[in-house]
Amino acid sequence: MAINWFKYSAPTTFYGLAGKLVPWFAAPAAILFIIGLYIGFFVAPVDAVQGEAYRIIFIHVPASILSMFLYLIMAGYAALGLIFNTRLSSMMATALAPTGALFAFISLWTGALWGKPMWGAWWVWDARLTSELILLFLYFGFIALHASIDDPRRADRAAALLAIVGSVNVPIIYFSVKWWNTLHQGSTIKFTGTSMHVAMQQAMFVTLVACWMYAVAITLLRVRSIILERERNTQWVSELKEAGL
Amino acid sequence: MNQLTVFNLLVLVIRRDLLLAMRRRADVLTILVFFILVVSLFPLGVGPEMDMLRKMAPGVLWVAALLASMLSLGRLFSADYLDGTLEQMMLAPQSLSMLVLGKMIAHWIVSGLPLVLMAPVLGLQFDMSVQALLVLMFGLLLGTPILSMLGAIGAALTLGLRGGGVLLSLLVLPLCIPVLIFGSGAVEAVASGLSVVSNLSLIAALLVLCLVFTPWVTAQALRISME
Repeated sequence: MAINWFKYSAPTTFYGLAGKLVPWFAAPAAILFIIGLYIGFFVAPVDAVQGEAYRIIFIHVPASILSMFLYLIMAGYAALGLIFNTRLSSMMATALAPTGALFAFISLWTGALWGKPMWGAWWVWDARLTSELILLFLYFGFIALHASIDDPRRADRAAALLAIVGSVNVPIIYFSVKWWNTLHQGSTIKFTGTSMHVAMQQAMFVTLVACWMYAVAITLLRVRSIILERERNTQWVSELKEAGL
Repeated sequence: MNQLTVFNLLVLVIRRDLLLAMRRRADVLTILVFFILVVSLFPLGVGPEMDMLRKMAPGVLWVAALLASMLSLGRLFSADYLDGTLEQMMLAPQSLSMLVLGKMIAHWIVSGLPLVLMAPVLGLQFDMSVQALLVLMFGLLLGTPILSMLGAIGAALTLGLRGGGVLLSLLVLPLCIPVLIFGSGAVEAVASGLSVVSNLSLIAALLVLCLVFTPWVTAQALRISME
Protein backbone atom coordinates (compact mmCIF):
# COMPACT_ATOMS: atom_id res chain seq x y z
CA MET A 1 0.00 0.00 0.00
CA ALA A 2 1.43 3.32 -1.02
CA ILE A 3 1.31 5.95 1.65
CA ASN A 4 0.71 9.50 0.54
CA TRP A 5 3.39 11.28 2.58
CA PHE A 6 2.26 14.70 1.43
CA LYS A 7 -0.99 14.11 3.21
CA TYR A 8 0.87 14.50 6.50
CA SER A 9 2.61 17.71 5.49
CA ALA A 10 -0.60 19.54 6.30
CA PRO A 11 -0.89 20.61 9.95
CA THR A 12 -4.51 19.42 10.05
CA THR A 13 -3.69 15.79 9.34
CA PHE A 14 -0.33 15.81 11.10
CA TYR A 15 -2.00 16.94 14.32
CA GLY A 16 -3.81 13.61 14.60
CA LEU A 17 -0.82 11.55 13.47
CA ALA A 18 1.46 13.25 16.00
CA GLY A 19 -1.06 12.54 18.75
CA LYS A 20 -1.05 8.85 17.85
CA LEU A 21 2.75 8.69 17.61
CA VAL A 22 3.57 10.37 20.93
CA PRO A 23 2.92 7.32 23.18
CA TRP A 24 4.98 5.10 20.84
CA PHE A 25 8.00 7.28 21.50
CA ALA A 26 7.29 8.36 25.08
CA ALA A 27 6.90 4.83 26.49
CA PRO A 28 10.14 3.42 24.99
CA ALA A 29 11.92 6.57 26.16
CA ALA A 30 10.85 5.96 29.76
CA ILE A 31 11.61 2.23 29.66
CA LEU A 32 14.99 2.67 27.98
CA PHE A 33 15.97 5.40 30.43
CA ILE A 34 15.31 3.01 33.31
CA ILE A 35 17.20 0.15 31.62
CA GLY A 36 20.07 2.40 30.61
CA LEU A 37 20.43 3.98 34.03
CA TYR A 38 20.18 0.55 35.69
CA ILE A 39 23.02 -0.81 33.55
CA GLY A 40 24.91 2.41 34.07
CA PHE A 41 24.63 2.48 37.83
CA PHE A 42 24.55 -1.19 38.84
CA VAL A 43 26.06 -3.30 36.04
CA ALA A 44 28.84 -1.14 34.64
CA PRO A 45 32.05 -1.43 36.67
CA VAL A 46 33.78 1.44 38.43
CA ASP A 47 36.22 3.23 36.18
CA ALA A 48 39.88 2.57 36.99
CA VAL A 49 40.94 6.20 36.68
CA GLN A 50 37.84 8.28 37.27
CA GLY A 51 36.07 6.24 39.96
CA GLU A 52 32.32 6.65 40.31
CA ALA A 53 32.19 10.14 38.84
CA TYR A 54 32.50 8.85 35.29
CA ARG A 55 28.89 7.58 35.44
CA ILE A 56 27.69 11.04 34.46
CA ILE A 57 28.62 10.22 30.85
CA PHE A 58 25.43 8.18 30.57
CA ILE A 59 23.56 11.49 30.56
CA HIS A 60 26.29 13.81 29.40
CA VAL A 61 27.29 12.10 26.16
CA PRO A 62 23.75 11.53 24.79
CA ALA A 63 22.81 15.11 25.68
CA SER A 64 25.84 16.50 23.85
CA ILE A 65 25.25 14.36 20.78
CA LEU A 66 21.58 15.32 20.65
CA SER A 67 22.22 19.03 21.18
CA MET A 68 24.36 19.05 18.03
CA PHE A 69 22.17 16.76 15.93
CA LEU A 70 18.99 18.60 16.87
CA TYR A 71 20.50 21.88 15.68
CA LEU A 72 21.18 20.36 12.28
CA ILE A 73 17.71 18.82 12.12
CA MET A 74 16.18 22.12 13.19
CA ALA A 75 18.13 23.99 10.50
CA GLY A 76 17.07 21.34 7.98
CA TYR A 77 13.39 21.75 8.83
CA ALA A 78 13.78 25.53 8.81
CA ALA A 79 15.38 25.37 5.36
CA LEU A 80 12.56 23.14 4.09
CA GLY A 81 10.05 25.64 5.42
CA LEU A 82 11.87 28.53 3.78
CA ILE A 83 12.30 26.82 0.41
CA PHE A 84 8.97 25.01 -0.03
CA ASN A 85 6.95 27.39 2.11
CA THR A 86 5.50 24.48 4.09
CA ARG A 87 4.01 25.60 7.35
CA LEU A 88 4.56 22.33 9.16
CA SER A 89 8.35 22.29 8.57
CA SER A 90 8.69 25.69 10.21
CA MET A 91 6.52 24.55 13.10
CA MET A 92 8.75 21.50 13.57
CA ALA A 93 11.84 23.76 13.61
CA THR A 94 10.23 25.93 16.28
CA ALA A 95 9.25 22.86 18.27
CA LEU A 96 12.78 21.42 18.16
CA ALA A 97 14.57 24.55 19.37
CA PRO A 98 13.70 24.40 23.11
CA THR A 99 14.58 20.69 23.29
CA GLY A 100 17.90 21.31 21.60
CA ALA A 101 18.64 24.18 23.95
CA LEU A 102 17.69 21.99 26.91
CA PHE A 103 20.10 19.26 25.82
CA ALA A 104 22.88 21.80 25.26
CA PHE A 105 22.26 23.12 28.75
CA ILE A 106 22.21 19.63 30.30
CA SER A 107 25.42 18.84 28.48
CA LEU A 108 27.12 21.93 29.92
CA TRP A 109 25.67 21.38 33.38
CA THR A 110 26.68 17.72 33.68
CA GLY A 111 30.03 18.57 32.13
CA ALA A 112 30.62 21.12 34.89
CA LEU A 113 29.61 18.60 37.55
CA TRP A 114 32.06 16.10 36.09
CA GLY A 115 34.79 18.70 35.62
CA LYS A 116 34.92 19.70 39.28
CA PRO A 117 36.18 16.32 40.63
CA MET A 118 38.17 15.47 37.48
CA TRP A 119 39.86 18.71 36.50
CA GLY A 120 39.36 20.54 39.78
CA ALA A 121 37.40 23.29 38.05
CA TRP A 122 33.74 23.79 37.15
CA TRP A 123 34.67 25.35 33.87
CA VAL A 124 37.68 25.02 31.62
CA TRP A 125 38.06 26.98 28.38
CA ASP A 126 38.35 23.82 26.41
CA ALA A 127 37.39 23.72 22.74
CA ARG A 128 34.49 21.34 23.30
CA LEU A 129 33.04 23.32 26.20
CA THR A 130 33.33 26.63 24.43
CA SER A 131 31.70 25.45 21.23
CA GLU A 132 28.87 23.83 23.18
CA LEU A 133 28.31 27.15 24.96
CA ILE A 134 28.19 28.96 21.63
CA LEU A 135 25.72 26.36 20.36
CA LEU A 136 23.49 27.17 23.34
CA PHE A 137 23.65 30.86 22.38
CA LEU A 138 22.71 30.02 18.81
CA TYR A 139 19.63 28.20 20.10
CA PHE A 140 18.79 31.21 22.28
CA GLY A 141 19.17 33.50 19.28
CA PHE A 142 16.79 31.36 17.23
CA ILE A 143 14.20 31.25 20.02
CA ALA A 144 14.53 34.96 20.83
CA LEU A 145 14.23 36.07 17.21
CA HIS A 146 11.20 33.87 16.70
CA ALA A 147 9.58 35.15 19.88
CA SER A 148 10.11 38.83 19.11
CA ILE A 149 8.36 38.81 15.73
CA ASP A 150 4.60 38.94 16.09
CA ASP A 151 3.64 37.66 12.66
CA PRO A 152 4.30 33.88 12.83
CA ARG A 153 5.02 33.51 9.11
CA ARG A 154 7.61 36.26 9.14
CA ALA A 155 9.04 34.85 12.37
CA ASP A 156 9.37 31.42 10.74
CA ARG A 157 11.22 32.76 7.74
CA ALA A 158 13.51 35.11 9.65
CA ALA A 159 14.41 32.44 12.20
CA ALA A 160 14.95 29.92 9.38
CA LEU A 161 17.47 32.22 7.73
CA LEU A 162 19.26 32.63 11.05
CA ALA A 163 19.34 28.86 11.63
CA ILE A 164 20.84 28.27 8.18
CA VAL A 165 23.50 30.97 8.67
CA GLY A 166 24.20 29.43 12.08
CA SER A 167 24.59 25.91 10.70
CA VAL A 168 27.06 27.17 8.08
CA ASN A 169 28.93 28.95 10.83
CA VAL A 170 29.00 26.08 13.34
CA PRO A 171 31.90 24.19 11.71
CA ILE A 172 33.85 27.45 11.33
CA ILE A 173 33.27 28.30 14.98
CA TYR A 174 34.16 24.77 16.07
CA PHE A 175 37.49 24.73 14.24
CA SER A 176 38.40 28.28 15.21
CA VAL A 177 37.78 27.43 18.86
CA LYS A 178 39.79 24.24 18.54
CA TRP A 179 42.79 26.01 17.00
CA TRP A 180 42.50 28.88 19.44
CA ASN A 181 42.67 26.45 22.32
CA THR A 182 45.68 24.55 21.02
CA LEU A 183 47.63 27.81 20.94
CA HIS A 184 47.48 27.89 24.71
CA GLN A 185 47.48 24.30 25.93
CA GLY A 186 46.99 20.76 24.80
CA SER A 187 43.57 19.14 24.70
CA THR A 188 42.43 18.27 28.20
CA ILE A 189 39.81 15.73 27.26
CA LYS A 190 40.35 12.85 24.89
CA PHE A 191 37.92 10.20 23.78
CA THR A 192 39.18 6.66 24.42
CA GLY A 193 36.02 4.96 23.29
CA THR A 194 37.73 1.76 22.20
CA SER A 195 38.96 0.88 25.69
CA MET A 196 35.50 1.18 27.20
CA HIS A 197 33.93 -1.67 29.10
CA VAL A 198 31.09 -3.45 27.26
CA ALA A 199 28.52 -2.62 29.96
CA MET A 200 29.48 1.04 29.79
CA GLN A 201 29.01 1.02 26.03
CA GLN A 202 25.64 -0.67 26.38
CA ALA A 203 24.45 1.79 29.01
CA MET A 204 25.52 4.75 26.92
CA PHE A 205 23.91 3.37 23.79
CA VAL A 206 20.63 2.64 25.59
CA THR A 207 20.44 6.11 27.15
CA LEU A 208 21.30 7.63 23.79
CA VAL A 209 18.34 5.86 22.17
CA ALA A 210 16.18 6.88 25.14
CA CYS A 211 17.18 10.52 24.65
CA TRP A 212 16.31 10.30 20.95
CA MET A 213 12.90 8.84 21.79
CA TYR A 214 12.33 11.53 24.38
CA ALA A 215 13.31 14.25 21.91
CA VAL A 216 10.93 12.91 19.26
CA ALA A 217 8.06 12.51 21.74
CA ILE A 218 8.43 15.95 23.27
CA THR A 219 8.85 17.60 19.86
CA LEU A 220 5.66 15.97 18.60
CA LEU A 221 3.83 17.09 21.71
CA ARG A 222 5.12 20.61 21.31
CA VAL A 223 4.32 20.75 17.62
CA ARG A 224 0.75 19.74 18.46
CA SER A 225 0.49 22.74 20.76
CA ILE A 226 2.01 25.00 18.14
CA ILE A 227 -0.45 23.75 15.52
CA LEU A 228 -3.37 24.40 17.87
CA GLU A 229 -2.07 27.84 18.74
CA ARG A 230 -1.52 28.89 15.13
CA GLU A 231 -4.74 27.40 13.77
CA ARG A 232 -6.96 28.40 16.65
CA ASN A 233 -9.24 30.41 14.38
CA THR A 234 -9.85 27.62 11.86
CA GLN A 235 -12.84 25.39 11.39
CA TRP A 236 -11.18 22.08 12.26
CA VAL A 237 -9.84 23.26 15.59
CA SER A 238 -13.26 24.46 16.69
CA GLU A 239 -14.63 21.06 15.64
CA LEU A 240 -11.99 19.42 17.86
CA LYS A 241 -13.25 21.54 20.72
CA GLU A 242 -16.82 20.49 20.13
CA ALA A 243 -15.82 16.83 20.00
CA GLY A 244 -14.16 17.35 23.37
CA LEU A 245 -10.68 16.28 22.23
CA MET B 1 18.98 57.53 -20.08
CA ASN B 2 22.20 55.68 -19.56
CA GLN B 3 22.28 52.26 -17.94
CA LEU B 4 23.72 51.98 -14.44
CA THR B 5 26.59 49.53 -14.27
CA VAL B 6 27.00 47.46 -11.13
CA PHE B 7 30.08 49.39 -10.14
CA ASN B 8 28.40 52.77 -10.62
CA LEU B 9 25.54 51.58 -8.47
CA LEU B 10 27.92 50.52 -5.72
CA VAL B 11 29.69 53.89 -5.75
CA LEU B 12 26.35 55.69 -5.75
CA VAL B 13 25.06 53.85 -2.69
CA ILE B 14 28.33 54.26 -0.80
CA ARG B 15 28.47 57.98 -1.59
CA ARG B 16 24.88 58.48 -0.51
CA ASP B 17 25.37 56.69 2.82
CA LEU B 18 28.63 58.52 3.51
CA LEU B 19 26.96 61.83 2.77
CA LEU B 20 24.15 60.98 5.17
CA ALA B 21 26.68 59.95 7.81
CA MET B 22 28.61 63.21 7.36
CA ARG B 23 25.42 65.18 7.96
CA ARG B 24 25.23 63.48 11.35
CA ARG B 25 28.82 63.47 12.47
CA ALA B 26 27.86 63.01 16.11
CA ASP B 27 26.76 59.43 15.41
CA VAL B 28 30.15 58.50 14.00
CA LEU B 29 31.98 60.18 16.84
CA THR B 30 29.82 58.45 19.45
CA ILE B 31 30.99 55.05 18.24
CA LEU B 32 34.61 56.11 18.35
CA VAL B 33 34.25 57.59 21.83
CA PHE B 34 32.52 54.41 23.00
CA PHE B 35 35.42 52.35 21.64
CA ILE B 36 38.00 54.51 23.43
CA LEU B 37 35.99 54.51 26.64
CA VAL B 38 35.53 50.73 26.78
CA VAL B 39 39.23 50.13 26.12
CA SER B 40 40.20 52.69 28.77
CA LEU B 41 37.96 51.06 31.35
CA PHE B 42 39.96 47.83 31.37
CA PRO B 43 43.16 49.19 32.97
CA LEU B 44 40.97 50.84 35.61
CA GLY B 45 39.19 47.57 36.24
CA VAL B 46 42.12 45.16 36.37
CA GLY B 47 44.90 47.43 37.62
CA PRO B 48 47.79 49.16 35.87
CA GLU B 49 50.41 46.35 35.76
CA MET B 50 52.04 46.75 32.36
CA ASP B 51 52.85 43.05 31.90
CA MET B 52 49.25 42.01 32.29
CA LEU B 53 47.93 44.89 30.18
CA ARG B 54 50.31 44.02 27.36
CA LYS B 55 49.00 40.45 27.38
CA MET B 56 45.37 41.55 27.50
CA ALA B 57 45.61 44.30 24.90
CA PRO B 58 44.76 42.38 21.70
CA GLY B 59 41.72 40.73 23.27
CA VAL B 60 40.47 43.94 24.85
CA LEU B 61 40.85 45.94 21.64
CA TRP B 62 39.11 43.27 19.58
CA VAL B 63 36.21 42.86 22.00
CA ALA B 64 35.79 46.64 22.18
CA ALA B 65 35.79 46.85 18.39
CA LEU B 66 33.17 44.09 18.29
CA LEU B 67 30.92 45.92 20.78
CA ALA B 68 31.40 49.27 19.06
CA SER B 69 30.38 47.83 15.71
CA MET B 70 27.29 46.24 17.31
CA LEU B 71 26.30 49.67 18.57
CA SER B 72 26.05 51.21 15.13
CA LEU B 73 24.41 48.23 13.38
CA GLY B 74 20.90 49.15 14.46
CA ARG B 75 21.09 52.26 12.30
CA LEU B 76 22.28 50.41 9.20
CA PHE B 77 18.81 49.95 7.69
CA SER B 78 16.44 51.57 10.18
CA ALA B 79 16.58 55.16 8.85
CA ASP B 80 15.96 53.98 5.30
CA TYR B 81 13.25 51.66 6.56
CA LEU B 82 11.42 54.42 8.41
CA ASP B 83 11.38 56.97 5.59
CA GLY B 84 10.52 54.42 2.91
CA THR B 85 13.82 54.60 1.00
CA LEU B 86 14.44 50.92 1.60
CA GLU B 87 11.17 50.02 -0.06
CA GLN B 88 12.17 52.04 -3.12
CA MET B 89 15.54 50.31 -3.17
CA MET B 90 13.85 46.94 -3.17
CA LEU B 91 11.63 47.99 -6.07
CA ALA B 92 14.63 49.16 -8.07
CA PRO B 93 15.53 47.01 -11.08
CA GLN B 94 19.12 46.78 -9.87
CA SER B 95 20.29 43.89 -7.72
CA LEU B 96 19.36 44.30 -4.07
CA SER B 97 22.47 42.33 -3.06
CA MET B 98 24.64 44.98 -4.69
CA LEU B 99 22.79 47.78 -2.93
CA VAL B 100 23.24 45.95 0.35
CA LEU B 101 26.94 45.46 -0.33
CA GLY B 102 27.24 49.20 -0.89
CA LYS B 103 25.55 49.89 2.43
CA MET B 104 27.85 47.40 4.16
CA ILE B 105 30.95 49.08 2.74
CA ALA B 106 29.67 52.52 3.73
CA HIS B 107 28.93 51.21 7.23
CA TRP B 108 32.45 49.88 7.50
CA ILE B 109 33.99 53.17 6.34
CA VAL B 110 31.96 55.05 8.93
CA SER B 111 32.18 52.71 11.91
CA GLY B 112 34.99 50.21 11.19
CA LEU B 113 37.75 52.29 9.62
CA PRO B 114 37.93 54.88 12.46
CA LEU B 115 38.43 52.01 14.91
CA VAL B 116 41.27 50.61 12.81
CA LEU B 117 42.96 54.02 12.75
CA MET B 118 42.37 54.60 16.46
CA ALA B 119 43.56 51.16 17.62
CA PRO B 120 47.34 51.86 17.48
CA VAL B 121 46.97 54.88 19.76
CA LEU B 122 45.05 52.82 22.28
CA GLY B 123 47.53 49.97 21.84
CA LEU B 124 50.31 52.31 22.93
CA GLN B 125 48.44 52.88 26.18
CA PHE B 126 48.72 49.14 26.72
CA ASP B 127 52.45 49.21 25.98
CA MET B 128 52.23 47.06 22.85
CA SER B 129 55.30 46.74 20.63
CA VAL B 130 55.36 48.40 17.19
CA GLN B 131 55.31 45.04 15.45
CA ALA B 132 52.29 43.87 17.46
CA LEU B 133 50.53 47.16 16.68
CA LEU B 134 51.05 46.68 12.96
CA VAL B 135 49.64 43.15 13.12
CA LEU B 136 46.71 44.36 15.22
CA MET B 137 45.94 47.09 12.69
CA PHE B 138 46.20 44.73 9.76
CA GLY B 139 43.98 42.20 11.53
CA LEU B 140 41.39 44.85 12.30
CA LEU B 141 41.57 46.08 8.72
CA LEU B 142 40.67 42.59 7.50
CA GLY B 143 38.32 41.75 10.36
CA THR B 144 36.11 44.80 10.86
CA PRO B 145 34.50 44.47 7.39
CA ILE B 146 33.44 40.95 8.42
CA LEU B 147 31.79 42.38 11.52
CA SER B 148 29.89 44.88 9.37
CA MET B 149 28.79 42.18 6.93
CA LEU B 150 27.70 39.59 9.50
CA GLY B 151 26.07 42.37 11.48
CA ALA B 152 24.09 43.45 8.42
CA ILE B 153 22.36 40.05 8.39
CA GLY B 154 21.29 40.55 12.00
CA ALA B 155 20.28 44.16 11.34
CA ALA B 156 18.11 43.06 8.41
CA LEU B 157 16.48 40.27 10.42
CA THR B 158 15.66 42.50 13.40
CA LEU B 159 14.44 45.42 11.28
CA GLY B 160 11.57 47.23 12.99
CA LEU B 161 11.35 44.86 15.97
CA ARG B 162 10.98 45.97 19.55
CA GLY B 163 14.13 45.51 21.61
CA GLY B 164 16.02 45.12 18.36
CA GLY B 165 19.37 46.27 19.76
CA VAL B 166 19.83 43.58 22.38
CA LEU B 167 18.39 40.91 20.10
CA LEU B 168 20.82 41.99 17.37
CA SER B 169 23.78 41.42 19.69
CA LEU B 170 22.44 38.01 20.71
CA LEU B 171 22.18 36.97 17.07
CA VAL B 172 25.41 38.42 15.73
CA LEU B 173 27.99 38.08 18.52
CA PRO B 174 28.17 34.24 18.46
CA LEU B 175 28.73 34.38 14.70
CA CYS B 176 31.62 36.83 15.14
CA ILE B 177 33.64 34.59 17.46
CA PRO B 178 36.00 33.20 14.77
CA VAL B 179 37.04 36.72 13.76
CA LEU B 180 37.76 37.58 17.38
CA ILE B 181 39.80 34.42 17.90
CA PHE B 182 41.92 34.75 14.78
CA GLY B 183 42.35 38.50 15.18
CA SER B 184 43.65 38.42 18.72
CA GLY B 185 45.45 35.15 17.94
CA ALA B 186 47.54 36.90 15.29
CA VAL B 187 48.70 39.55 17.77
CA GLU B 188 49.49 36.92 20.39
CA ALA B 189 51.43 34.95 17.79
CA VAL B 190 53.64 37.89 16.90
CA ALA B 191 54.17 38.67 20.57
CA SER B 192 55.49 35.15 21.16
CA GLY B 193 57.60 35.15 18.01
CA LEU B 194 55.42 32.90 15.87
CA SER B 195 54.27 33.45 12.31
CA VAL B 196 51.13 35.53 11.89
CA VAL B 197 50.43 34.32 8.37
CA SER B 198 48.05 31.51 9.32
CA ASN B 199 45.78 33.66 11.49
CA LEU B 200 45.68 36.55 9.05
CA SER B 201 45.08 34.20 6.13
CA LEU B 202 42.11 32.69 7.94
CA ILE B 203 40.62 36.14 8.56
CA ALA B 204 41.17 36.99 4.90
CA ALA B 205 39.46 33.72 3.92
CA LEU B 206 36.49 34.58 6.14
CA LEU B 207 36.40 38.04 4.57
CA VAL B 208 36.20 36.58 1.07
CA LEU B 209 33.56 34.07 2.16
CA CYS B 210 31.47 36.84 3.74
CA LEU B 211 31.94 39.09 0.71
CA VAL B 212 30.38 36.43 -1.49
CA PHE B 213 27.52 35.23 0.69
CA THR B 214 26.44 37.89 3.19
CA PRO B 215 25.09 40.48 0.70
CA TRP B 216 22.79 37.85 -0.77
CA VAL B 217 21.70 36.52 2.64
CA THR B 218 21.09 40.08 3.88
CA ALA B 219 19.02 40.83 0.79
CA GLN B 220 16.91 37.75 1.53
CA ALA B 221 16.55 38.81 5.16
CA LEU B 222 15.41 42.28 4.04
CA ARG B 223 12.81 40.71 1.75
CA ILE B 224 11.50 38.66 4.68
CA SER B 225 11.40 41.70 6.96
CA MET B 226 9.70 43.96 4.43
CA GLU B 227 6.87 41.62 3.43
